[in-house]
Amino acid sequence: MLSLGSGGGKPVKPSFVSYVTPEEIKSTERETSRKEKHPDLLPGEVVFCSTNPVLKYTQDDVSQRGIFGTLVCTNFRIAFVSDEAPSEEQAQLFKNKLYGENDIPLTCVDHIYGGYDEKKKLITGGLVRNKYPSKIIIHCKDLRVFQFSLTYAKEEEAKKIFQGIIHHSLEPKSLKCIFAFSYCEKATATPEIHRTPRTVMFDTVEDWTQEMKRTKGNCKVVSANENFSLSQKLPQFFIMPTAVLDEDMTKFEGKGLPIWCWSHHSGCALFKTASLPLMQEDGYSQAYKIYMERMLNAVAQTHLYSVKTEELSDTLPTIQDIQQSYSRFKQFFLIDNTTEFWLSDMKWFSSLENSGWLDIIRQCLQKAVEVVECLEKENTNVLIMEEAGSDLCCVISSLVQLMLDPYCRTLAGFQSLVQKEWVAGGHSFLDRCNHVHQKDKEQFQSPVFLLFLECVWQLLQQHGPAFQFSETYLTVLSDSVHVPVFGTFLFNSPYHRATVMKNDSPQTQRGPLNCPEVWDWSLQFERKAQDLFTNPLYAEKPKQDKGARRTYRPKHQRQLSLPSSAFKTPPKKGFFKEETDSLKKMLRVKRISRWLHSPDSAQASTREFYEAWQRKPLDYHSLILPCLDGPAMRVWMQRYLRWIHEVQIFGGGAITVMSKLADLVGEVQELRRELERQACRADSNHQRAAASHRSSVRLSSSFPFATSRVWSFKPAIPTSLLQSLMITGGLADQDDEDGETLGVV
Amino acid sequence: MASASIPAYSSNALENSSTKNASRESLKMEPLSDMPLLPGEERVIDKDIIYICPFSGAVKGKVVITNYRLYFRSVEAEPVVTFDVPLGTISRVEKMGGASSRGENSYGLDITCKDMRNLRFALKQEGHSRRDIFDILFRHAFPLSHGLQLFAFLSQEKFEENGWNVYNPMQEFRRQGLPNDSWRITFLNENYELCDTYPALLAVPFKASDEDLRKVATFRSRGRIPVLSWIHPEKQAVITRCSQPLVGMSGKRNRDDERYLDLIREANGGTSKLTIFDARPNVNAVANKATGGGYEGEDYQNAELVFLDIHNIHVMRESLKKLKDIVYPHVEEAHWLSSLESTHWLEHVKLVLAGAIQVADKVSSGQSVLVHCSDGWDRTAQLTSLSMLMLDSFYRTLHGFQVLLQKEWLGFGHKFGSRIGHGDKNHADADRSPIFLQFIDCVWQMTKQFPTAFEFNDRLLLTVLDHLYSCRFGTFLYNCESARDANEVKTKTVSLWSLVNSDRSSYINPFYTMESSRVLYPVASMRHLELWVGYYIRWNPRIRHQSPVEQRYRELLALKDQYLKKLEELQLSGSAPRLSNSTAPSPASPTQRVTHMHTPF
Repeated sequence: MLSLGSGGGKPVKPSFVSYVTPEEIKSTERETSRKEKHPDLLPGEVVFCSTNPVLKYTQDDVSQRGIFGTLVCTNFRIAFVSDEAPSEEQAQLFKNKLYGENDIPLTCVDHIYGGYDEKKKLITGGLVRNKYPSKIIIHCKDLRVFQFSLTYAKEEEAKKIFQGIIHHSLEPKSLKCIFAFSYCEKATATPEIHRTPRTVMFDTVEDWTQEMKRTKGNCKVVSANENFSLSQKLPQFFIMPTAVLDEDMTKFEGKGLPIWCWSHHSGCALFKTASLPLMQEDGYSQAYKIYMERMLNAVAQTHLYSVKTEELSDTLPTIQDIQQSYSRFKQFFLIDNTTEFWLSDMKWFSSLENSGWLDIIRQCLQKAVEVVECLEKENTNVLIMEEAGSDLCCVISSLVQLMLDPYCRTLAGFQSLVQKEWVAGGHSFLDRCNHVHQKDKEQFQSPVFLLFLECVWQLLQQHGPAFQFSETYLTVLSDSVHVPVFGTFLFNSPYHRATVMKNDSPQTQRGPLNCPEVWDWSLQFERKAQDLFTNPLYAEKPKQDKGARRTYRPKHQRQLSLPSSAFKTPPKKGFFKEETDSLKKMLRVKRISRWLHSPDSAQASTREFYEAWQRKPLDYHSLILPCLDGPAMRVWMQRYLRWIHEVQIFGGGAITVMSKLADLVGEVQELRRELERQACRADSNHQRAAASHRSSVRLSSSFPFATSRVWSFKPAIPTSLLQSLMITGGLADQDDEDGETLGVV
Repeated sequence: MASASIPAYSSNALENSSTKNASRESLKMEPLSDMPLLPGEERVIDKDIIYICPFSGAVKGKVVITNYRLYFRSVEAEPVVTFDVPLGTISRVEKMGGASSRGENSYGLDITCKDMRNLRFALKQEGHSRRDIFDILFRHAFPLSHGLQLFAFLSQEKFEENGWNVYNPMQEFRRQGLPNDSWRITFLNENYELCDTYPALLAVPFKASDEDLRKVATFRSRGRIPVLSWIHPEKQAVITRCSQPLVGMSGKRNRDDERYLDLIREANGGTSKLTIFDARPNVNAVANKATGGGYEGEDYQNAELVFLDIHNIHVMRESLKKLKDIVYPHVEEAHWLSSLESTHWLEHVKLVLAGAIQVADKVSSGQSVLVHCSDGWDRTAQLTSLSMLMLDSFYRTLHGFQVLLQKEWLGFGHKFGSRIGHGDKNHADADRSPIFLQFIDCVWQMTKQFPTAFEFNDRLLLTVLDHLYSCRFGTFLYNCESARDANEVKTKTVSLWSLVNSDRSSYINPFYTMESSRVLYPVASMRHLELWVGYYIRWNPRIRHQSPVEQRYRELLALKDQYLKKLEELQLSGSAPRLSNSTAPSPASPTQRVTHMHTPF
């Protein structure tokens, strides 16, 4: 980026300025005709407007230097194309194929500020009538910050691009205007081919049947909603307790229906539901109560006539709380300049605490541990509920499965989990992300899915070896939510998706439109870059475990988690069932109970549960529980700090170790292949492929994101140190040597 | 109180783990007859006692006190709770409750340790049962206050390596390319006459005569004149260190001192300025004038003065005290982050690191620097040693780090004796301060940020800190080299480095990648600084202390070796049958191989 000067042959073109304030460029030079460069457009991408020259400030220096180039607004992105020819060394390993490092997908725009001289004003959309800002500052949802100066372009053009950017990235629009629809119409490759075959989409009966088989559940697969006649919120196919009567299914548009999530090996299972308004004083409430009781009975009959219910909205923050907390939290990372950074560094810990974000993460994990405890220790069925049944229910049910089921911690298992609980589970991605900027939907905007990923990250950093995927994978996944190419995060429910796709496709001959799924990672990254999604710490479960701690199981079956409780339940349930049948009535009354603990006692109980688990030898292929103590809860450094130049550790960071580990894994894999080859063909030559070593020491803590092309030899020296420490009282003034006088005075 | 958790104490003396695994059945014969004893260690008393564990409640057991340690083992609890605490770690022993105190376990002892934990024991109230144990503990924990010897002088331990040979000042000077045209080595302080808290050998500007040095010594607090600590191998820029100038209220000048500083500047091929880093906050430097000290004023031409705003030993002591309050015994729950912030501990760490970064940055840009604080043995030692760690990869090796501690901390008279209070009962002594701990914390922060740049691991840092207090080795005893010489520490005690270097592999970081001449700049931002949980919260059983990354790496290395070996075998055995029958290898070997392929990785 800092290649000095312009290309040799080309004259008078102020293509790049270094150490020169922009004012020094003579206006005559600016008048010379220039060729605007446009990015390589994606299929279906249309340029709306563009302007040249625009100065993009570089973030990584105090002195505001920049690059000149063209600012382009298309139906997909805001792109900045440098006038400089991209140099060869810029070829990045981790390049996103859909958008470049200077591109902002329209749905990724978080806030836009106008820079008026020294002032910064939030632009909320609409026509800017008075004065056009000289600078446009864009905060992105993936936490990048861009600053463009518009003062070098012709005024008309500057106005046009400014208005264009505001219009296309902030104004309400119809869902159809989202780029994905233009893209999938024009994109030649059918997404089906690219789709990772192993990700289960949960859009067929077979997927659900298979999942129940995998977890050895004993519930029934329901196809009654195939045409969404039963409920527009539920997926086409789902699973419920066998004991739910067919006539009960159609009662309240699916509300109150216990939807199966996952079965524990003991036989008990986790269910979720959209709760019925039981507390309302109207004619319905009695009917609701009776209905819910029947549903609870049905759940209870799944295993041992026991069920616990948990209304998540009673104890967890609301989606508005989540949104507000995250808004405060993300501000710490949207840094405009160095001074601001070091100022905010002083009160970092207390600011962090005040945002409440880590606490919300902790609460979710805590709740998930409580549910895990019920399933694992008490072997009771659990029904979690919440108003829509598709926000915190998704968070908690997914977390429970991640902790209990090692399959969910594999890459394919995790993607399938997201499909099952979030996509098929009807999480309102469109409303929560508000991709289309509808003003009346703003109150529903909330980063619930991100909250889930944050919780997963906490688990990952505490129990690295238990996960097949890496931190980088999670970061990229969190970014992908705001890339308007994938169908995965565009809709409010499977019904929503189906109707939109049907209505939108008449003119095409190819049948219903189909957006690519985010799981088709090859759309975004080359094979090599995708290697960074796997966690080198992950050790696959040995296929034949001869340590006879548990009963032998064929390798495709799920592993048991905690053996102690598993032994409580005899493998054959028949005998037990008979006995309990006689106690049926009594048990039903006794065991159907809400959790009446105060949050404190629940915490004490989980604490005990955690400690009991902690005393056991750690098995990464079994149950994992998070430590929720203050020091254990961390900030997802990679996601939040990756673009901030001041905190980049050049040649350092955890990545240096991870890449060494990855290299070694590669080497060992290569050796193993070699051994296998040799075992088959004894005559093959001994040629060990030299593992391509990444030089770990040349990475920075922001790897693989912000690549620093300028190798910084200058350390970041904190400013405003003096103000930071207000030590008051006598101690600070004392001399080091108390009571001693200096030797020679 | 958390219930039902059994603390799995990581023993203080990690290297004893093998002896500790000895049979536990022999309990009945003599109380704890199988407890580990060091050569020279003697049992003094044993007693039935109740350990009041803050995590799992009262635990019945036996305690043995030797002249080196306090050793406890439970008698009923399962699993067995054991721990031992070197007596040197104890800072305070108090009686808890009286003979008439009511309530269960209210009569006993309360022991405060220097390593972030407290121990409480309860005894039977009848017959003054704690009197003898209290007296013995008090005598042996604070031997110097009772005319006894520190255990280091009683120890009979033998090691393969002699740690006293780790550091040879002359050799280290030579490694740095000294003496050279601009710098000479002087023996002026051979008998500690110039400055009794300095090392015997000093590197000074070539042009400064011994007479000059004597004159300068009169103007520097305690005669601690500016001398060289480190020289940049290419740029010849140097780090020099000293104490404050004795400017005083009247603003005295000393031409010799001014000229001497200019000689330091000149020694580096004519850079225009010498940067003086005064580690203190500006106001404190001014305040020091009242007691005769001060800082270099306008009279020093060709010098620029930068204050680094690091607070004094008293502030640091209070900060650590606050930190202990929020981590021991229980980690503050409700407002962990703001509580952590209010201790200011990490903020102090940030300031020290930031200061060292500035020193390193100046030097690597080719400018010589002079670092001082008031006396030049606390903050100055932190700054010079940290900046040397950043600049010189040698100090990041296991051996180099030992040299660094010997040179910058022990050689230049960081007052370990007073700061730690070895063998001294006066726990409230204002001279005590965790300056060295803070430095080790800074090193740990650096190893966290550059996990491949250091040859040593966390365990080394923990071991250093444990034996900072234990008094088992002579290394950290006394305040300066002259005192160590006078007490014949080198001949009468064992060096900590004997222990470390006899078991090098335990202290090696498997991820270490050697890279000479690379400058490390850590990021001194609160975003990256974290509390060293593995040290400050290590007594809490809820906190897991393990490094899955390191374990996995070792596993993979072992697997790689195994595969390589197999491959080699295959090559050897493969060559013979290939001649006769290349398509069908011997029937036995493939199956054998296949089973091995299932080894997980």
